Amino acid sequence: MSEAVRVAPKKERPEFRNIHVTELSNYRMPLSAIVSILHRISGVIIFVLLPFILYLLQESLRSEISYAHYQGFVTYPLVKLIILGLVWAFLHHMFAGVRHLVMDLHIGLDKDSARKSSAAVLALSLTLTVLVALKLFGVF
Amino acid sequence: MANNVNNNVGPKRLVVGAHYGMRDWLAQRVTAVVMVAYTAILLITFLTGQNFSYEGWAGLFAQQWFKLISAVTLFALFYHAWVGVRDVWMDYVKPVGLRLTLQAATILWLIACAAWSVQIIWSV
Repeated sequence: MSEAVRVAPKKERPEFRNIHVTELSNYRMPLSAIVSILHRISGVIIFVLLPFILYLLQESLRSEISYAHYQGFVTYPLVKLIILGLVWAFLHHMFAGVRHLVMDLHIGLDKDSARKSSAAVLALSLTLTVLVALKLFGVF
Repeated sequence: MANNVNNNVGPKRLVVGAHYGMRDWLAQRVTAVVMVAYTAILLITFLTGQNFSYEGWAGLFAQQWFKLISAVTLFALFYHAWVGVRDVWMDYVKPVGLRLTLQAATILWLIACAAWSVQIIWSV
């Protein structure tokens, strides 16, 4: 018995590993993977900018004088850009999060629906971000 | 869990398995729902609002119920952020010492944010 095992030809077994960082650029991510990594990135952005958000809330609330200062502060283009970045992060994180919650209920788990819902998340968050951008920079 | 209490302490503590992390998973979802609800309240307040000056804004936050739901939502945000950021550290930072340092720093930072937000909300 043991001899029979020994002479059996060793079969090359395929090995599947996570791809390396350097291979990321030529790996075509499915739409849901893009939504997933953007969910993480947007979450980290909000976490990192927490003091900025709290600072804005503080200046807007503390007094009439600080409110005036806050109003002046948010007219700087760089501040507007940061706020726009936060708005995108918030919108994407929320819509992708709602998609997660729906999927937790075992709704839309198959490949086709998952692709459609991720497309919907991107369409919603990006459209609304563009609208906020136009409003923020005074187009309408 | 209940049938083997000794596995919950010491070096034999069970740190993998079906229900490990269930509480944080659930907390992340509950806090998410709280934040979505608060977003809806803010949106309704904005769409039905008439006074967009400092008085209107501060008047909204001057009400006790709004202070409380704002505080609860911000606490939910900080707990939610803890679960998410901890996941990020666990995924990308492999050296245990560094990961522990970052996780501890994250907790302390979020507690500081929570204290600060209480100060902000009750300043008006």
